[in-house]
Amino acid sequence: MLKALNIDPGKCTGCLQCELACSFENEGVFNPSKSRIKVFNFHDQGRFVPYTCTQCDEAWCMHACPVDAISLNKLTGAKEVNDNLCVGCKVCTIACPFGTVNYNSATGKVIKCDLCGGDPECAKACPTDAITYVDADWTGLDKMRKWASKTDAGQQAAH
Amino acid sequence: MTYVIIGAGPAGVVAAETLAKTDPGSDIVLLGGEGDPPYSRMAIPYVLTGIIDHGGTHLRKTAGHYDALGITYRQGRAAGIDVKGRKVALEDGGAQAYDTLLIATGASPIKPPVPGLDRPGVHHCWTLDDCREIEKLAQKGAEVVLMGAGFIGCIILEALVERGVKLTVVEALDRMVPRMMNETAGTLIKDWCQAKGIKVHTSTKVTEVAEKDGRLAVVMDNGEAAAADLVVVAAGVKSNIGFIDGTGMKAEQGILVDEFLRTSVDGIYAAGDCAQGPDFGGGFNVHAIQPTSTEHGRFAALNMAGKVTPYKGSLQMNVLDTAGLISTSFGDWEGGKGTESAEALDRDRFKYLRLNFKDDVLVGALSLGRTDHMGVLRGLIQNRTPLGLWKARLMDDPHRIMEAYVAHAYA
Repeated sequence: MLKALNIDPGKCTGCLQCELACSFENEGVFNPSKSRIKVFNFHDQGRFVPYTCTQCDEAWCMHACPVDAISLNKLTGAKEVNDNLCVGCKVCTIACPFGTVNYNSATGKVIKCDLCGGDPECAKACPTDAITYVDADWTGLDKMRKWASKTDAGQQAAH
Repeated sequence: MTYVIIGAGPAGVVAAETLAKTDPGSDIVLLGGEGDPPYSRMAIPYVLTGIIDHGGTHLRKTAGHYDALGITYRQGRAAGIDVKGRKVALEDGGAQAYDTLLIATGASPIKPPVPGLDRPGVHHCWTLDDCREIEKLAQKGAEVVLMGAGFIGCIILEALVERGVKLTVVEALDRMVPRMMNETAGTLIKDWCQAKGIKVHTSTKVTEVAEKDGRLAVVMDNGEAAAADLVVVAAGVKSNIGFIDGTGMKAEQGILVDEFLRTSVDGIYAAGDCAQGPDFGGGFNVHAIQPTSTEHGRFAALNMAGKVTPYKGSLQMNVLDTAGLISTSFGDWEGGKGTESAEALDRDRFKYLRLNFKDDVLVGALSLGRTDHMGVLRGLIQNRTPLGLWKARLMDDPHRIMEAYVAHAYA
């Protein structure tokens, strides 16, 4: 069964271990600005919300890519960027309505969550289980997907 | 059932693949008008910069991709359509019979009525053949004049700069990227280019491309002239719809299609740059952009295969990298009557963000110098998300747009 990142913002303390683990695993540096998961701080509510790609079925990024540089990893369900094919045109960064594909000007390529090939470092680094990697069927991601699917864009893509 | 698709760009290829998936066992013929395998025009500038070779522009990279899906790729350009006999006449004299037809013929660059544009050394940057010519002429240190600083012009600009040419840009309107950027942003892009050593003439027209001492000489209406080894013409594009003459098919800027991507002629659909389809913002428009072409291709194919799927309309959006300065525009980026705008401008650092709202809903946006989470601008616009309390916060500080988005995604 496919697994997915399950994010429970209620458990997040804003420690940013996930961002450090992500940037170290993927970019080789401890630098939150290079992380593919981002913790948003709603300081007026004392709330932290980790946010990253849901590997959505619609795969807006993958379909928008003009050079076939984003593909589905059938084992993990992740949409993965192939750096050798990516030309850095950035169309996927505006096509993804969730804003989870970013352009990295240092490499001239786009970056997005690839679930670390099926062993996501953010989940392993999270000390409070705010981020877990669980069977896709019972993740809270459904909540976000539902939110997306009730929209015009989502209805279009659902077909 | 025989499906025929005229045009092997992104719209045509996605349609062919969608048909193969939705109606397995049907005959699918994909007609391509150029000598190269189906490729992406968008990727040509990256050939010029050396990031990819010509093969890197191909829309699909796997050998035998089309055969494996049962798609017949046939070379041929459409000359006309026999609507009654359900046949596409080809320029080479051949014909292709169809039951259901998709027109995905794309667009072509406009050649403005300027004397001298037929001279050797004057090229569009539209096809891989154009690319091959530009590669020969745009050598390091060569003098190049770029006519037109629109979206396509600016993408080419980036590639030419990277090749180390001495570049002069001539744009007829008062700023760069006038159809994607407002005065503030378009002027900042011009300033940025000039600071990088690119000569930019705005509100200036090329009146003639002459020949002098064996080189090209570009004459401008501001009294200036520029010698050139290469002139690249990027003065806009127009839909390729000439061959539908005589079919009675309704067309304006492009072939008019309804929410099912159907043209006014039975059994014929249209998609991509040649189609004037439902606009998310209302009415019918040609949105000659990559995301619209692939969406059109997919929806047209589903409807052609009998899976009735209405398309809610395309959203105008662009992302552009002009010599390292990245800009985006979405939806109603101009914002006019009935909209309220929030703006943040840091002229010295070339950073700009403008959000346009109708009531508490984002309807359009512009940005300069931002690359993180840009897609949420599309998400918020296309989902028509009511921003509630966040509207006032964004009016105060538009940079909080991603927070506003996340707050609603988890609401």
